[in-house]
Amino acid sequence: MDMKVKKKLALKEKFALMTRGLAWETSYEPMEAVYPQMAYEGLRIHNWDAWEDPFRMTMDAYWKYQAEKERKLYAIIDAFAQNNGHLGVTDARYINALKIFLSAVPMLEYNAHRGFARLGREMRGVGPQIACQMQAIDELRHAQTQIHSLSNYNRFYNGFHDWKHMSDRVWYLSVPKSFFEDACTCGPFEFIIAISFSFEYVLTNLVFMPFISGAAYNGDLGAMTFGFSAQSDEARHMTLGLEVIKFMLEQDPANLPIIQRWIDKWTWRGVRLLTIVAMLMDYMLPKRIMSWKEAWELYFEENGMALFNDLARYGIKLPDCTELIRKEKDHLSHQAWNAFYTAGMMTNFHTWIPTPEEMDWLASKYPDSFDQYYRPRFEHYRELEKAGKRFYNTSLPQLCQVCQIPMLFTEGDDPTQIAYRQVTHQGDKYHFCSDYCRDIFTHEPDKYVEAWLPAHQIFMGNCFNPGDDPSAAGFDPKKSVLDYWHIAFGRDNMDFEGSEDQKNFAAWRDQATRN
Amino acid sequence: MQIDLRTVAIEPLRLTFDHIARRLGPDRQPSRYQEGTLDIQPCDNLQYRPTWDPARQLYDPARTRIVMRDWYAFKDPRQYYYGAWTMARARQQEAVESSFALFESRDLGSLIPAETRHTALQLLLPLRHVAYAANLNNTAMCAYGYGTAVTQPCMFQAMDQLGIAQYLTQIGLLLGDSADLDDGRNRWLGDGRWQELRRLVENTLVQKDWFELLVAQNLVIDGLLYPLVYQQVIDKRLAAAGGVSLTVLTAFMNDWFSEAARWVDATIKTAAAESPANAALITAWIARWKQRASDALEPVAELALGESAASVMEHLNLALEARCARLGVPLAKEAA
Repeated sequence: MDMKVKKKLALKEKFALMTRGLAWETSYEPMEAVYPQMAYEGLRIHNWDAWEDPFRMTMDAYWKYQAEKERKLYAIIDAFAQNNGHLGVTDARYINALKIFLSAVPMLEYNAHRGFARLGREMRGVGPQIACQMQAIDELRHAQTQIHSLSNYNRFYNGFHDWKHMSDRVWYLSVPKSFFEDACTCGPFEFIIAISFSFEYVLTNLVFMPFISGAAYNGDLGAMTFGFSAQSDEARHMTLGLEVIKFMLEQDPANLPIIQRWIDKWTWRGVRLLTIVAMLMDYMLPKRIMSWKEAWELYFEENGMALFNDLARYGIKLPDCTELIRKEKDHLSHQAWNAFYTAGMMTNFHTWIPTPEEMDWLASKYPDSFDQYYRPRFEHYRELEKAGKRFYNTSLPQLCQVCQIPMLFTEGDDPTQIAYRQVTHQGDKYHFCSDYCRDIFTHEPDKYVEAWLPAHQIFMGNCFNPGDDPSAAGFDPKKSVLDYWHIAFGRDNMDFEGSEDQKNFAAWRDQATRN
Repeated sequence: MQIDLRTVAIEPLRLTFDHIARRLGPDRQPSRYQEGTLDIQPCDNLQYRPTWDPARQLYDPARTRIVMRDWYAFKDPRQYYYGAWTMARARQQEAVESSFALFESRDLGSLIPAETRHTALQLLLPLRHVAYAANLNNTAMCAYGYGTAVTQPCMFQAMDQLGIAQYLTQIGLLLGDSADLDDGRNRWLGDGRWQELRRLVENTLVQKDWFELLVAQNLVIDGLLYPLVYQQVIDKRLAAAGGVSLTVLTAFMNDWFSEAARWVDATIKTAAAESPANAALITAWIARWKQRASDALEPVAELALGESAASVMEHLNLALEARCARLGVPLAKEAA
């Protein structure tokens, strides 16, 4: 706020008058009733005034900066649409990455919007309240700008058409859905560690870079622009994440073990969520930025380590799971693409076998794993495809009770052995992909028994198209489930090769570039 | 004369997303407001019970007693999605900034008689805290409400109220200094004139039914407070007492109130039109909060209006009653 005052106030003082100066200790209602969510997680906060505002922005400045960004962004979105910008992308396969993005990410942003609204009300200090409120509207911005940007793709390509319906139902979309709904059902302190620290601060580069740099590398000005436009918001969110964790740790030494457990949990939850991003980087971008392994090494093993070193003085340790993640980095993307390729009948995007050049690129980036374990598999699939027998797995996978990813990960030290863990809780068996998902469950079993696992729900008969009668003669359960998901058979799913998207893109590009 | 510019035209496969087409039909290109709003809250197959409200789902229509068949029946007549809202506010913000700059550079404050300035400070500065509570209340409506069509404008309203609390702070610093802000705060906390209002505001902060909160805060409290302070006191009484220049400092609040009221009215009207049960609930809520709000505001009104406060309050009460009647929630007249 540009204000000139008679008595010269320092910026910090002025900002304090604009924010924490507004609050008061209530006396007609007890403060515990005004802020009822502050106590139950066991965090001890003695002095909210010790909060250091990570950024100082008043509403008028917020409106000014954000409106400027919005004006530019929508001008570019309009120009991109008017110009048929979608025909300028490297290759129509790229568009499938955007289908995953639209099906998963705006829903994450929306949940973050509502989650931060809750914190904007429930956090007892005005500083964190206002920072959370601003993040709440930023997250709404991100959801809406993503929807608006990708709306134009939906006009021309399949798989985008019912993203909202699919995000609440389709099997693989329960992974991001359960991640964020898990965070949103947590107490306010765990939510802010989960999202502001673990997700925004530690992992955000690994989420943003593949999609947004991926868009930039692949000629997608539309998607690139909303990503770059969101970047300055993200910078604010990251500083909030760091301030939050320092503030909580400095308030009371008893907070340390609680926070350490949350960091361990949410680092692992976040990394599991990134599985799909790993696959996208290595398999779905025609023009690659870098491999998943390189991204992990750069953004986590180097940058992330520096952060944890910085937090060591509070007693925070690197999560144990990072050792397994290090071992998995050679395998993750290949195992995920294998799963999606074979499940290609049940996806709202197309899959394909990498070209020979792409396989060579993968081999060069993964010298210790690709040729040994994955190339033979993909070459086998290619032979089947050539023989007219493109392989589709039509059975339902077993899912991990916590991350909800099919059990496709292998043991850290044996890439030929799928990892299985199980726990019996109140007479029922629950299955997990790893020690870390199992540990999350055993700490809060009552929460995770409530998980809505798509494969289980299908078997229980909860995912048939309304109106279909499973007892009727000729009932086709697979068709009924695809109908329930609103996946248009033969248009949204199956192989890229021979798809309507592939044909249309080629024909339209021809029309736009030749006479 | 029209210049015939041509672009390569490709026939699209569809105009919009299916969830939009199911509502509007497949042949319509929806607005950005519609595409960014309709159905975007997760609503099916919700996972886990909220640890902060284990009896309910994460997004649960039962956090209010209002019942809607379709929560997307609510419409914001301003068609605000994030971009439209923030661009509208940025334009207003520019006007506020230049008004404040003009006020300061021409030293307009020095032309205001001391007593008028004093009254303005006395009245406006405790209202920073009222606006802040309105910010928290609207944030709660967004957090616990159901359906983006109604939760989204609550978040905009929350941030608008924060903006107002900050504009009031800025006005305090223009007309006085930080000691005046402290003084306003002390009166908010201790001066008998303000205590009924503070009690009312604190009661709203523990209100759990978010739609009742919307009625109490956005229709009733704001519906009396804004016309009282900004129309009756600043624009009329203080303007007439040498304080015309004050009206440029509070122009935002007047413009904002009449704009926000369009949304509040549409929201109340839609909920009431849904069912007689909704209308009865809303009517009861208005009755519960209106008398208290009016009683709480009267001593505040006296600060600036003296003996005429009671008649001004009566006038404002009648205006609010007329507004409620227009919205389909008429207050029952006391039996004569």
